[in-house]
Amino acid sequence: MGFLISRLGQTILVLFVAAFVSFALFRYVGDPVNNMVGQAASLADREAMRQALGLDDPTLLQFGRFVGQAVQGDFGISYRFGQPVAQLLAERFPATLELSIVAMIIATGLGIPLGVWTALHRGSWIAQALLTLSLIGVALPTFLIGIVLILVFSVWLGWLPSFGRGEVVSIGGWTTGLLTWTGIKALILPSITLGVFQLTLIMRLARAEMLEIMRSDFIRFAKARGLRRRTIEYGHALRNTLVPVVTIVGLQFGNVFAFSIIVETVFQWPGLGLLIIQAIQFADVPLLAAYLVLIAFCFAVINLAVDVLYAWIDPRVRAAGMGRSAA
Amino acid sequence: MRFPILLTSVLSAVLLASSPSTAQAPAGGGKVFRYAYRVDPASLDPHALAETFTLSWLGQVYEPLVGRGKNLELVPALATKWEQPEPNVWRFHLRTGVKFADGSPFTADDVVFSLQRVKKDGSDMAYTVASVTEIKKVDDFTVDLVMAKPNPILPVQTTSTYIMSKAWAEKNGATAPASVKAKVENFASNNANGTGPFKIESRQAGVRTILVPNKEWWGEKETNVDQVVFTPIQADTTRVAALLSGEVDMIYPVPQQDAARIDGTGTYQVLKGAELRTMFLNMDQKRDELLNSDVKGKNPFKDRRVRQAIYQAIDVNAIRDRVMGGTSRVAGTMIAPGINGYDAKLDTRIPYDADAAKKLLADAGYPNGFSFGMDCSNDRYVNDERICQAIVGMLARVGLKVTLNAQTRTKFFEKVLARDTSFAMLGWQPLSYDAHSTLQDTMNTPVDKVGTYNVGNYSNHAIDKLTMEIETEIDPAKRSALIAEAMTLDKDDFGHIPVHQAGLAWGVKKGVSVVLRSDDSLELKWVKLD
Repeated sequence: MGFLISRLGQTILVLFVAAFVSFALFRYVGDPVNNMVGQAASLADREAMRQALGLDDPTLLQFGRFVGQAVQGDFGISYRFGQPVAQLLAERFPATLELSIVAMIIATGLGIPLGVWTALHRGSWIAQALLTLSLIGVALPTFLIGIVLILVFSVWLGWLPSFGRGEVVSIGGWTTGLLTWTGIKALILPSITLGVFQLTLIMRLARAEMLEIMRSDFIRFAKARGLRRRTIEYGHALRNTLVPVVTIVGLQFGNVFAFSIIVETVFQWPGLGLLIIQAIQFADVPLLAAYLVLIAFCFAVINLAVDVLYAWIDPRVRAAGMGRSAA
Repeated sequence: MRFPILLTSVLSAVLLASSPSTAQAPAGGGKVFRYAYRVDPASLDPHALAETFTLSWLGQVYEPLVGRGKNLELVPALATKWEQPEPNVWRFHLRTGVKFADGSPFTADDVVFSLQRVKKDGSDMAYTVASVTEIKKVDDFTVDLVMAKPNPILPVQTTSTYIMSKAWAEKNGATAPASVKAKVENFASNNANGTGPFKIESRQAGVRTILVPNKEWWGEKETNVDQVVFTPIQADTTRVAALLSGEVDMIYPVPQQDAARIDGTGTYQVLKGAELRTMFLNMDQKRDELLNSDVKGKNPFKDRRVRQAIYQAIDVNAIRDRVMGGTSRVAGTMIAPGINGYDAKLDTRIPYDADAAKKLLADAGYPNGFSFGMDCSNDRYVNDERICQAIVGMLARVGLKVTLNAQTRTKFFEKVLARDTSFAMLGWQPLSYDAHSTLQDTMNTPVDKVGTYNVGNYSNHAIDKLTMEIETEIDPAKRSALIAEAMTLDKDDFGHIPVHQAGLAWGVKKGVSVVLRSDDSLELKWVKLD
């Protein structure tokens, strides 16, 4: 309990710092006002707009105003869309979360078994081939993978859509594409594109960890005790392999979520990433601020979840009073 | 963001050998037209933002009093006739029997309400009726707009000033324009109720909007479309892929480097035209010492010879052929054909001549040239950064050492509108399609509300005076002569250097017929499917 409270305090501090740093940076994104008024607006009109929005105030004052409103749950109105920022983020959040989760399921669901398998069958030509392939996955930039997939599966074969989310079903404010055929089809290419890098990373990490564990003393003792090979490999070794892998999966999930921007742009996926690209182009300060705080919050939650999972997988962490924090 | 540019170049390389797949069948019955543009309209509120695309898109749903035809000529819309009973009064005779999409009838009350709404604080369209001092309902189908002094171009200025339903706006609390300044959401930003040829069936902002023909529309039905699906697709590559995979029937804009490939498929074609926006260069002619320059104590741009040298050192034909892929239209004057006041006689250039430029610089006292900075956007106009790079290279050949600062639009406009620039490239398309806007906003001496985009602070009081005369001159022939006179003054002075109008390109599936209007506006009422 004390562990959770101290972590909560840390989380709030992280959010505060993230908001402050983002405000310090907003001076460099340019002047939003010139995008908010048409070309007919005079310089005086623009200055009046700037004053009405408080953009001329010192950074600290603007930051204070933001924090004051944010703690009341008010993130302001987007400069570009004229809608409440909280509402815009809430509308786009499900699309990005769904894409990230499916991508991470693909990445871990294939990455861990493949990593373990290649470790246990090192030297076999299939394992070698998989490792070589994984190098390509690490080396290719995400947008190129996306474009090649669109070229093959949309333009040449015409099997899968090149953009958008298909039909979505709305359940109490949450939208999902998993319940319609077009929605699932639309998910395939973007989630593979987003997951490929993580897949190869997880696979190579799981393999390295597994090899390491298989060389360790307790596995040798287990072998000496004459335990069944399956029990050693999948009972003892795998469980110990998972500890670092879970950390990476957790942190990578944060990355996938926060940096789905490229994939969302390539596939016109109506999630947070696409929204943020526009927010950056239009210097939509309220939207950017809220987004950065949201991302910081997600990372904090993921870190917390990773810590809890640690304790579950590794009893030593539990015994040490859960003092350890994730990387 | 730089990677879309990277994406595009990668696509062109990767997809060169591609062949299109067969088109998917449209969903449901009836004829469906699916199209994609780069962005979504910023708001559905017709008075919230004076942005070309937003207004063009809303023009499918809302209508002005006087509209534009296929060649941008004025055509009756909600007004069937307009006249000037007195020099400072415009009388509009309204169309009878028109209904809004929600079924309520259209009358003079809606016009009075809408124009008053346009004049309210927070409206971005107020400039279109800035000259109007009084809005009078004469009877249910006649409205008088009274001005302090005659304004010959009021009908031209208001072709994007859309009419809303008074009853609908009052019922939904949208009597004032949606404004970020108000810090509240407005019903009209996400809902629309117009008299136009189409109405919105469903809309997810930023994702998809479905439009259906307005069965009650007053006009003659030219389109045979039963449903329209509009999707914003931001990345150039993805937009092209969406067309080539048959997922949409039309895209715009088509990236210049993909045009030939789309044409080569046989299944799709590219329609081409020229923009109404003229790109031009501004030179700081106000400061006594040029910013970021090795010339101290004076400003070389104040010397006409130096401005002419820069003009003659830039090879606009080479920019057209090497940078713009042959798609741009070289400009000799500050306004494009299609803009009211355009004069072909003025649209000629003195030739590119690097030797003459060097000689002019030497005569002006700069035989070895000098250095200065150039400001340019990199995500606002077609190929903006590459044009500026080419110009920097050309100026180097005559000894001018130019440092290019190309940046994103928010940074660029912040800098140049604050006049923190010595040399900058801008583009201007008069929203009224009338030369007066070009004169007033880009060529007049900056003061108060005029000359906002004259970022070089070029000042010629004869032009200022002519612009004022043009504003109130009722006789069209006299007015054109005044415009030509003002344009000639700027041209002879090298006050600004026109560069070109960029090309327009729409990618269309064969069997789909659309009208490419030079204001880049897709009018759904003219779309026909085989």
